Amino acid sequence: MELHLILIFMICASIVAVRTKDLISSVIALSAAGLGLCLAFLILKAPNLAMTQLVVEILCVIVLIRGTINKDLPLVKDGRWLFNTVSTLVFIALFLTLIFLVLKELPRFGEPLMRVSGEYIANGFKKTGSANLVSAITLRFRGYDALGEVAILFAAAIGVLAITRRKGRLHDSNDKK
Amino acid sequence: MTQMIKNKTKEQGMTLIVKTVTRLVINVVFLYGIYIVLQSHTSPGGGFAGGVIIALSFILLMLAFGKDAVLKKLNRSKAIFIMSLAAVIFLFISIMGFITDQHRIETIPFSDIAGAFMVGMGLFVIFWALIRSTEGKE
Repeated sequence: MELHLILIFMICASIVAVRTKDLISSVIALSAAGLGLCLAFLILKAPNLAMTQLVVEILCVIVLIRGTINKDLPLVKDGRWLFNTVSTLVFIALFLTLIFLVLKELPRFGEPLMRVSGEYIANGFKKTGSANLVSAITLRFRGYDALGEVAILFAAAIGVLAITRRKGRLHDSNDKK
Repeated sequence: MTQMIKNKTKEQGMTLIVKTVTRLVINVVFLYGIYIVLQSHTSPGGGFAGGVIIALSFILLMLAFGKDAVLKKLNRSKAIFIMSLAAVIFLFISIMGFITDQHRIETIPFSDIAGAFMVGMGLFVIFWALIRSTEGKE
């Protein structure tokens, strides 16, 4: 159910990112779609991949905003300092409260975290037949994480090849316009 | 024109010291990458690390001897073909584990090898595309 909601949200954000005229709005909508993808990975029980997706998404947002911030920046400087200050304080208080609530749920420092990994250590060799437990976990118990990492790297290679290619379709599109 | 290109390729790469050391080391690096991939079943290692080592051996060769020494042996379309084939094999193994009874089939070495080819060729292609794009801007 949550997965479908997140997928609908991602589709809406992608449509906004494609259709909007403002470049920074487009980048922000794209990052919203990426964070929705990160949440979808988290719901599908692939935390390693979700962390990778989060880091890559943050890096992409930084690079894209750095690239587009000189093109057009809708800057409002005057007359809104009261609203800005109040909203900043409200958000800081909100985030601090939420982080306080989250940190109470975490296990305390030094507490053993062997709930899942104990199962892996006990039955890993019997179930997979591999003496290397890390390999057994990354390729058997969490095989879809490895598949997602391979997909990310494949997409990165294809994207770099597509961006840096020499023969483009620039002339064709110019002719059509 | 061809004479100019030949002269340029002769000057490509680094000094004689780097070339000699690379000539000594490159086979060991490549074999160590293959060893890491094949031994990941029983000892630490894995497809990703071994693939990165294999890609780094090609990148070392490219840095020391220039671009054309590597591209004679492994051109762009061949690297992209190997990368795509390895990705498809990895996807097939994963889907096969999803469909069939995965406790009975031994898949770790095969997915390690496929992942190593995918990672190695992918990083090599990325590196090569980036240096090509910076060369074109002269």
